[in-house]
Amino acid sequence: MFSGQSVQIMDAGQIDRALSRIAHEILEKYKSLDGLSLVGIRTRGVPLAQRLTVKLEELTGTAPPMGLLDINLYRDDLSLIADHPVLKKTEIPFDIAGSKIVLVDDVLYTGRTVRAALDALLDLGRPSRILLAVLVDRGHREFPIRADFVGKNVPTARTQVVEVRVAEIEGLDEVVLLPEKPERTEKLGKEDVS
Amino acid sequence: MSLSSRHLLGIDGMKPAEIELILDTAESLAEVGAREIKKVPTLRGQTVVNFFIEPSTRTRSSFELAEKRLSADTVNFSASTSSFTKGETLLDTARTLEAMSPAFIVMRHSQPGAPHLLARHTDCSIINAGDGAHEHPTQALLDAFTIRHHKKSLAGLRVAIVGDILNSRVARSNVLLLSRMGAEVTVCGPPTLIPRGMELLACNVLHDMDEAIEGVDVVMMLRIQLERMRGGFFPSFREYASLYGLNPRRLERAAPDAIVMHPGPMNRGVEIDGGIADGSRSVIREQVTNGIAVRMAVLYLLAGVRTAGEAKREAVA
Amino acid sequence: MKRLLRNARLVDPVSGMDGKRDLLIVDGKVTRVEPEIVDQDAETLDLEGYTVCPGFIDMHVHLREPGQEWKETVASGTRAAAAGGFTGVACMANTVPVNDNRSVTELIKREARDHGAVPVYPIGCVTQEMNGERLTEMREMLAAGAVGFSDDGKPVASSLMMRKALEYSKIFDIPIIDHCEDTVLVDGGVMHEGAVSTRLGLKGWPGVAEDVMVQRDILLSEYTGGHVHIAHTSTARAMDFVRLGKRAGIRVTCEVTPHHLVLTDEAVGEYDTDAKMNPPLREERDRLAMLAGLADGTVDAIATDHAPHHCDEKCVEFSNAPFGVVGLETAVSICIDRLVHGGVIDISRLVELLSSGPARILRLDRAGKGHLAVGADGDVTVLDLDRETTVRTEELRSKSRNTPFKGWKFRGVPVMTLVGGEIVHDAR
Repeated sequence: MFSGQSVQIMDAGQIDRALSRIAHEILEKYKSLDGLSLVGIRTRGVPLAQRLTVKLEELTGTAPPMGLLDINLYRDDLSLIADHPVLKKTEIPFDIAGSKIVLVDDVLYTGRTVRAALDALLDLGRPSRILLAVLVDRGHREFPIRADFVGKNVPTARTQVVEVRVAEIEGLDEVVLLPEKPERTEKLGKEDVS
Repeated sequence: MSLSSRHLLGIDGMKPAEIELILDTAESLAEVGAREIKKVPTLRGQTVVNFFIEPSTRTRSSFELAEKRLSADTVNFSASTSSFTKGETLLDTARTLEAMSPAFIVMRHSQPGAPHLLARHTDCSIINAGDGAHEHPTQALLDAFTIRHHKKSLAGLRVAIVGDILNSRVARSNVLLLSRMGAEVTVCGPPTLIPRGMELLACNVLHDMDEAIEGVDVVMMLRIQLERMRGGFFPSFREYASLYGLNPRRLERAAPDAIVMHPGPMNRGVEIDGGIADGSRSVIREQVTNGIAVRMAVLYLLAGVRTAGEAKREAVA
Repeated sequence: MKRLLRNARLVDPVSGMDGKRDLLIVDGKVTRVEPEIVDQDAETLDLEGYTVCPGFIDMHVHLREPGQEWKETVASGTRAAAAGGFTGVACMANTVPVNDNRSVTELIKREARDHGAVPVYPIGCVTQEMNGERLTEMREMLAAGAVGFSDDGKPVASSLMMRKALEYSKIFDIPIIDHCEDTVLVDGGVMHEGAVSTRLGLKGWPGVAEDVMVQRDILLSEYTGGHVHIAHTSTARAMDFVRLGKRAGIRVTCEVTPHHLVLTDEAVGEYDTDAKMNPPLREERDRLAMLAGLADGTVDAIATDHAPHHCDEKCVEFSNAPFGVVGLETAVSICIDRLVHGGVIDISRLVELLSSGPARILRLDRAGKGHLAVGADGDVTVLDLDRETTVRTEELRSKSRNTPFKGWKFRGVPVMTLVGGEIVHDAR
């Protein structure tokens, strides 16, 4: 648990409008969905990518193909974190070669997750273009990575945490700003059996 | 959620949740084998030593592929090419290996307890790739992984394991794993090849194969070896095949959608009819493919336990 | 030299004593045993609170000399014996070369005399080179100081040879001690065959392979009239056979080791080679049968089968490790704690098992061992029945450390050992 007040910075309505705007911006850039695919970065990038898919279908009559990407095998911090994270499947049901991919994630922060996602996608094939769509950009980039489509820019302090909650997982849509790092929910493994 | 030990010495002592974790992780890693570039950078820069005192092509190449797909550096060390034959003790050989600073030693040995000896005296994570007649945990894990693809769950399944149970590490590991996950396991073979007290390892023991295979969902056949005939455990392959061989007539007694498994290598015509081995109910080839994903999962999860241990040691230091 | 032991509780079942007695030893022999002795010239030991017993004898020990001195020597082994409360040990013949002739017997006796802490009674081989084919020259070896014969380490496999050995032994009235194992049936087994060996995937050593040989030996003893002594009895069935044999008046005796009284095959744990010995640790019902045999008089002696091995030899794969555990320095504490405090037997019976029983079997009672009546040898074991001790391998006097009791705590300690009135160990 954490102490201090959490502040809601986006409610369900704002999230929905931000996703609609992103869908429009994608179409503005590309005019059509030919060769375009969405890839959601697990975990919360996935429901957001799903919603974008629906909105794009509403606008054009066709749903673009959508894939799910687990970037844990490509993280640069595996040797630092105890208990390697639980792996979920990567499922890309379309041909990466030559495709235009919009990577979707919930929060853009240091940029390391996106770096890992880029490496993962490139191991799967050679896309012609990769764009990045995020719901929240909270600054503090550690790599030269920028988003092409942003739902909301939220300036934050490094000690704060931005949490995106979605109906598919938490039962409600909102983005909250937490004043302190919540306690790690990952538990260390039991004593080594030496 | 993680594994509780930094070694994988056997199924004995593992909790059902740990077994589930390995199998679930293997599901996610199987996808790497389906790609064109079958590699992820997860264990980049880590060294894995394959220490195979007892020779084995299939298990070792399966482990090697798993290690390489995770970008680890592999070193193969076998008895014939080593100082082992000059009378060096196991521990002295292990210390030589340790000098290469491996993160893992994958070990196959003809003596039970050899990996346990290494685990007590080295700093690496030890993965048991088969220690005599004791255990072969990754085989049982890949068998369970394969079964899960064909049957909704392991709990409540009826499994028959047939053959030389006495000398089989595959049988022991499978009996432990399947019964731990809630399956009903029957072992079947001639009384000379069933060890005493087997029923205490949570399974039924039968000597009549027709009875044992009745209605089972999974038939697991074990290889019968020539030495057993010479050792007086049964009179001839002919008699063995007629009593304990899996032929079409016997297979009909199993459940209509029963699957047939074999850890390999097979004696066609002895313990298993060639047609069945190649037939539609056989999942023997899948077992081999699945071995790589399961071994990748074991390496990935054990690497996490190692890191946790090092982080703890640093915190305490 | 006069030594006076005062104020202790003296327990001597042969003389029927259990109570406060003072003991006077002059020039190595007991001269007075009375409730109160005063002697100004004697070196006096005040042993109030302690228990004085006739000197314990371990009739089954491997001293490894000649030939394997890195494991143990007569010197180090007898030092361990003295520290363990033993005033004498009988050492087995499977040395290198084996003790199948007078020279090796004399070598052992000489080593004991010159460098040993306590007397050593060599047990010679039954067959030359321990090959099971020809009898050894028993007369010569007995003259050199042997007290009995055994091919221990191996059984006398041929029933014909065992018959002959038992018949021949009647000339001298000495025991033939047999290591009862049908090696063909054991077929390379490394631990007791049962649920634990199955779980661990180790080749099993079935109890029935001991039973068939015990049965055979008792029948041959009956047929020939020779005295057979069953070494390290470990199975319930074997104990049954010995019991029946005794009831039928057959000249059979048997011994049990302390580890077979306390441990079962579960002690192997995760392939602990310090729990590997021959015969192996058995199941709980066998262990209980050993205890029952102690209590009802079937067992004649407790003997350690002290079998030292260097740690390099034991620090290998379980199947490759040599069989054997040390026991001289833990036996008495284990017995006091688990048998006497454990309520299985009383102190008097324990003294029978550790002193008068072995003395009788090895015919040393005629030589003044195993009791403390006037005229007996001044061999004394002094016990502190209440002192607690922890087994620390670094404190063992034996050269080897292969004990399954590392770190175990026991209540009861041999605090002092005297041989011929001389103090060879003092831990008061």
